Amino acid sequence: MSHVFLYALAGVGLFTLGLYALIVHTHLLRNILAINVMGSGVFLVLVALAGRTPGASPDPVPHAMVITGIVVAISATALALALMLRVRAETGRARLPEEQLE
Amino acid sequence: MRAADHSWLSLASRWVLLLLLSALAVGLGYAVLCLSSQAPGLGERVAENIETSGVSNPVTAVLLNFRGYDTLLEMGVLLVALLGVWSLGSIPEQCESPPPGPVLNMLPRLLVPVLILVAGYLLWVGAYAPGGAFQAGSVLGAAGVLLLLAGWCPDVRLVGLPLRIVLAAGLGMFFTVGMVLILVGRQLLEYPPALAGTLILLIEAAATLSIGITLAALFLGGRPDKERLRRRFSH
Amino acid sequence: MVLQWGFDGMLVLALLWLAWRALRSPDLFTAIVLFIAFGLVMALAWVRLQAPDVALAEAAIGAGLTGALLLAALARLNDLDDRINDDQPMGTEKK
Repeated sequence: MSHVFLYALAGVGLFTLGLYALIVHTHLLRNILAINVMGSGVFLVLVALAGRTPGASPDPVPHAMVITGIVVAISATALALALMLRVRAETGRARLPEEQLE
Repeated sequence: MRAADHSWLSLASRWVLLLLLSALAVGLGYAVLCLSSQAPGLGERVAENIETSGVSNPVTAVLLNFRGYDTLLEMGVLLVALLGVWSLGSIPEQCESPPPGPVLNMLPRLLVPVLILVAGYLLWVGAYAPGGAFQAGSVLGAAGVLLLLAGWCPDVRLVGLPLRIVLAAGLGMFFTVGMVLILVGRQLLEYPPALAGTLILLIEAAATLSIGITLAALFLGGRPDKERLRRRFSH
Repeated sequence: MVLQWGFDGMLVLALLWLAWRALRSPDLFTAIVLFIAFGLVMALAWVRLQAPDVALAEAAIGAGLTGALLLAALARLNDLDDRINDDQPMGTEKK
């Protein structure tokens, strides 16, 4: 097992960690952090698996996809944070309304 | 140390969740380990065609030439996210914050010119070394964030049409180049090999500006409000 | 060879540990700072995987700008009086 598979497994671990935190927490900021961690895990898997080329240099197409993914992730995070602040301003707590009733 | 945040899950369902997620992790890990340890991927195809792409950095070639359409759509995603943030409210009171301390007073004066230089360098060097439009644009965005943190408020005259023009410049340049190529008779974003390097640099320059301003505007977190800015500058 | 495995192993452990601490920290500010650190270690991982372009993008965008965005949002949340230990029981929070 070469070291790319170590990083790929780390990516799977990050994805699962993020998913657990996403399900378990109700505070919206924590959910945003969890989604970012999940995204980083997926990127790690992509770039790690791109290093399996027989030559010296890795496959550049997944690198380009991950750069695109990083920029899309920050756009989504910015929009999600703006939505969270609106929810806080409208309802008084940074949690989604149906979970507040429990 | 445990956050009591997840009180909505009883103890039993938390254990069930852990079990299911462990099964998911094991399944995904097994799927990953089943993949072959040598897989050429598309690296050889890129290496074969890189002379016609106009740059020698393979990642830039993929981003701006071979998969240029994806990058065009990504500029669109940035713009749509900014539109979403703008539609949710106007600039919060951060723009009218108290004057910064001594560190924040000095830091932008020293760093912002250096950051602009670094952004320009990353843009230029992206053709043959690691770098490119996104990296340069993010450094510009960091410079913008630093300025905003130090209490700089954009001038009222810049906030209306000029701001919108710069924001749309990246997507607009991409789109214009694509359309011109269609009118000339080629496919969308199929650069002629002689002009490819120049076209890529042109698109990247517009994209860098656009990405930088968009990221700084996303940090600001709201629609610029001309009335409030005018009032702030009048006293 | 052993050194490479050791370094990679430590990097992966650091990534997982930072992510775990960031997601389970009771204090939101600590969580965001740990997330920024996680992004920087991620940039090291990209370098190790021979992806310098991705490392540049991650360091600038993933660690720097996302961290700034999160901290600004947290500051605005705290301005609206949602205090640091966000698991207060309902009804005791002052508006």
